[in-house]
Amino acid sequence: MAAPIIRIDSITKRYGPLTVLDGLSMEVLPGEKLALIGPSGSGKTTILRILMTLETISGGHIEVDGEQLYHMPRNGGLVPADERYLHRMREKIGMVFQHFNLFPHKCVLDNVTLAPMLTKGVAKAEAEKRAMELLDMVGMADKAKSMPAQLSGGQKQRVAIARALALSPKIMLFDEVTSALDPELVEEVLNVMRKLAAETDMTMLLVTHEMGFAHDFADRVLFFDRGKIVEEGKPDDIFRHPRQERTQTFLRKILAAGHRL
Amino acid sequence: MTDWPGYIGLILQGALVTVELTIMGSALAVVVAFAAGLGRVSRFMAVRALATAYIEFFRGTSIFVQLFWAYFVLPFAGITLTPLQTGVLALGLNVGAYGAEVVRGAVKAIGREQREACIALNLTRGQAMRHVILPQALSLMLPTFGNNAIELLKGTAVVSLISLTDMTFQAQVVRAQTGNTLIPFATILVLYFLMALAISWGMRWLERRVTRGLDGVRT
Ligand SMILES: Nc1ncnc2c1ncn2[C@@H]1O[C@H](COP(=O)(O)OP(=O)(O)OP(=O)(O)O)[C@@H](O)[C@H]1O
Ligand SMILES: [Mg+2]
Repeated sequence: MAAPIIRIDSITKRYGPLTVLDGLSMEVLPGEKLALIGPSGSGKTTILRILMTLETISGGHIEVDGEQLYHMPRNGGLVPADERYLHRMREKIGMVFQHFNLFPHKCVLDNVTLAPMLTKGVAKAEAEKRAMELLDMVGMADKAKSMPAQLSGGQKQRVAIARALALSPKIMLFDEVTSALDPELVEEVLNVMRKLAAETDMTMLLVTHEMGFAHDFADRVLFFDRGKIVEEGKPDDIFRHPRQERTQTFLRKILAAGHRL
Repeated sequence: MTDWPGYIGLILQGALVTVELTIMGSALAVVVAFAAGLGRVSRFMAVRALATAYIEFFRGTSIFVQLFWAYFVLPFAGITLTPLQTGVLALGLNVGAYGAEVVRGAVKAIGREQREACIALNLTRGQAMRHVILPQALSLMLPTFGNNAIELLKGTAVVSLISLTDMTFQAQVVRAQTGNTLIPFATILVLYFLMALAISWGMRWLERRVTRGLDGVRT
């Protein structure tokens, strides 16, 4: 079996007096598609944000692709990572946000080409060629010259996915990428993600309330509650035969709220 | 018989000085506003402290006093400036201090989500500022910058105190020589107003250019 690409080792995350993650450990294999589910406030977003280095951690260690994420080696020991080190580690990871976070002053194409040109020194022509391929993949090639304000939510999110992919990260993080969308726009984004999962061997971590999609998409499902992994397993096991009472309660509530499985 | 065309010509010469002061003062103000405004949000304590000290000092003392210092006290430190240089320096630094707060506010107003997108796309802080934050912040700054430029225009009148022959100075000369108050002061009233109008229009044009296609940034 391959070595894990992500190794989270008893990390702690506190916001003031509130402990959100308390000694959490988990591993992710290269190419694995992981779904993180659980009630609101259980810490799912926090984990993705920590992996994207948008937060700091209060304790523990994280290893990504064989290297420490928040610590760098120095004089035989580990010290907190500096900005330059983080910059190098971030190359391995991309993230798609719930609210798209497109750059509103740049057209679709420029949104996608900006980071490759700035961070990797890719020439404009080459960056645009690659961007058009990606926009084509997410079905947005005909909107390359549009401004974000002219797009629907589903279109914005597909552009945001293309933008993250343009840097070719080894790991992609998706935080509730459809929950800000009108119901009729959800499917077009999920279709893109299905395609992505089928066509690439990227490692993907997905936080979602779309249980049906999590079931089809994921190799493994983690059920979180209060900052802890309560239960994990294959989608069929978690969704059809949850063993823990808290998982059962959560799924019952979600299904009662009208979500499909 | 009063030579009105000649006197009006004198006032127009003064108007030229006023325009010159306004343009050069604004240019300096913009430069220091960005330097100090970005300094205020720097991650280095010393830079923040320096920027804050500058802003507080120039907002806390009057342009009047600053001008006198620059003109009469700086020479003792071996720095002698022409009246025009002094005027530009005092106006630029004074208005720049207000502009700095505008820059800081606008940069802060571009929200966390945009900054986080930049981190996720692995931009450096400088790249994020230059390519993502500032272009959006600019559209928030422009309206207030327009007001600041008009304030600066109005502030130029104080330079007549250091014998710079701006529009107000010339109006006073004309008044002294002709004994007529209405005509010179009505003339500069109209001219100041037209200049302020030109600034407003210019800024509005700039604003439209900068915000083109960009909805939803200004909230
Ligand atoms: N910046 C912050 N300051 C203080 N508390 C925070 C902050 N961010 C998150 N929290 C708290 O951390 C806990 C976990 O939040 P998180 O966003 O990770 O939950 P989640 O599982 O993603 O929930 P949801 O399904 O609602 O998105 C919550 O109790 C939340 O209130
Ligand atoms: Mg969340």
